[in-house]
Amino acid sequence: MIKQKPKNTILSIIAIAILLVILELIGRSKIDHYYIRILQYWSIYIIYGASFQLLYGYTGLLSLGHAGLIAIGAYAVGIFTISPATKTMSYILQPPAPFISNVQIPFIPALIIGGVFAALFGLVVAAPALRLGGDYLAIVTMGFAEVIRLLIVNMPSIFNGAMGLRAIPQSATLLMTWSVAIVCLFVMKRFENSTYGRALLAINEDEIGAEALGINVFSNKVKAFVLSSFFAGIGGGLMASVLGTIDPNTFKSTLTYTAVTICVLGGIRSATGVIIASGIYSIMSEFLRVFESPIKIGNFNFSGMPGMRVLVFGIMLLFLMLFRREGLLGSKEFSWDWFFSLFKKKPPKEQEKTVHTDKMGGSL
Amino acid sequence: MTPILEAKNLTMRFGGLTSVSDFNLTMEKGELVGLIGPNGAGKSTVFNMICGFYKPTIGEIIFDGKNITGMKPYRIANMGLIRVFQNGRLFKNMNVIENMMVSKHMRFNSNSLKAILRTPSHNREEQRVFDESVALLERIGLKEMMYEPTGKLPFGIQRKLEVARALCANPSLLLLDEPVAGLNVEETNDMMNFVDQLRNEFGITILLIEHTMRVVMSLCPKIIVIDHGETIAVGIPDEIRNNKSVIEAYLGVDEQ
Repeated sequence: MIKQKPKNTILSIIAIAILLVILELIGRSKIDHYYIRILQYWSIYIIYGASFQLLYGYTGLLSLGHAGLIAIGAYAVGIFTISPATKTMSYILQPPAPFISNVQIPFIPALIIGGVFAALFGLVVAAPALRLGGDYLAIVTMGFAEVIRLLIVNMPSIFNGAMGLRAIPQSATLLMTWSVAIVCLFVMKRFENSTYGRALLAINEDEIGAEALGINVFSNKVKAFVLSSFFAGIGGGLMASVLGTIDPNTFKSTLTYTAVTICVLGGIRSATGVIIASGIYSIMSEFLRVFESPIKIGNFNFSGMPGMRVLVFGIMLLFLMLFRREGLLGSKEFSWDWFFSLFKKKPPKEQEKTVHTDKMGGSL
Repeated sequence: MTPILEAKNLTMRFGGLTSVSDFNLTMEKGELVGLIGPNGAGKSTVFNMICGFYKPTIGEIIFDGKNITGMKPYRIANMGLIRVFQNGRLFKNMNVIENMMVSKHMRFNSNSLKAILRTPSHNREEQRVFDESVALLERIGLKEMMYEPTGKLPFGIQRKLEVARALCANPSLLLLDEPVAGLNVEETNDMMNFVDQLRNEFGITILLIEHTMRVVMSLCPKIIVIDHGETIAVGIPDEIRNNKSVIEAYLGVDEQ
């Protein structure tokens, strides 16, 4: 129902607080930086997945331009947070353009600027591209992502071309990446669970029907696209700060497909699904590296082959599509009521009745 | 009293084909007008012009004293002219109450920022929209199924729900395109009662396209007949029933 139980809201707040405390403790402990990086990736993938979900799961727009938008956010953070001295040193192809050479601002404002830039670019692309439907939109946005990448390569005075940006201050701690991810997810889900989300779902199902009910299809699509772009930019900014080094090759189309995979894996409308799928994706893509190292089975020696882990992942996805097409969770969400029903002896009540408003039932 | 809808000399040409020519219609508030004609006569084209999906080649449409010719469909809907489609356009993966609430989207005053922040005014509005939708469902007897996905409901209920969804948008004029198409006798009677209820209880002005003569003749006090895009008769059911050109249009000309 519309009103959440206050008890559940409090539980959610406590759960999130505990999660953040644990993350902060992990961040300060002496755990190998490699594992912390995986956890950070997890949170960033949540943002990518959720922002793709907003477009694909809700509005029904297949946009494959996420890599470009992520690149914009990442480069904005890079350019605005690297110290002027480092910039003069690392821009070896051409000296940095005057308007960026002396700029240095703190991380969070830079992150927001990155998001805003990505949103602006999203708007520029959306206005013409959203007049196209279906596959055409996918092609146009894919081309757009490539245009962004090529612009970066060919404007060395701003982006340092193919050399990329180095020594980006790594201000994004584990706690910060997760906090940002939670806020982003929260904002997106609240948008999706409001009347605007319902309008997007209606557009997704039947544009003409939605238009006849007084929904401005085009402006709602643009709104969704811009919002999604903004969060893709934020995710990119976090990634730049986590990596410390970015170059145009970081933002190839594989990055877009990461977002697609997470959304498809988790369920096209489930926030819980995105969180789980991001975890699986970030952890698996590291641990599946086993398949790329030399393996000895009996008398056979397999020399490692780079790219094998992607293949394994592909096969897993294939099976998922065969046996569970709606993704791990489809459009179901975690709810405390469901959680508690696990501990009761009587069988869980039949599917909880929810309206598409505050469907999260108190999990966020 | 100014008429609620006035269509003047509407003509629609697709290339060399004239689909509708010189169509005139004046509707007063509270009226129920039936629009009939054989297949391909241009009835749906008239609807498409009135709600903005087609821009008429010639002519103008005045709704509520404002010229709406060539306006975008969603703007026309925002003014209170709602259309129910012939071939079912429910949002099938959404449940009943969500479908109802979607049609109230245009009445929302809160912007998306308020929706994200869940400001008190937004929450009140959301609650009000929910309550109103539930109340409407209760009034037409569909409240028990408010959480059912609409795609799983029986066809007759789906059609009724689609009309109810249009009603939920508080229209001042409703365009119904063949509401009983594909329904059995019982469902048809139910739908006829519902249309009567719309008019008498909710006071809604209705323009109705229908093929089933029984329905049109018993529901509509005023009927317009078009054939090949031309208006061939206007009048009360009895006049239409005995009109020679109407009989010819429907049954063909007797050779002898």
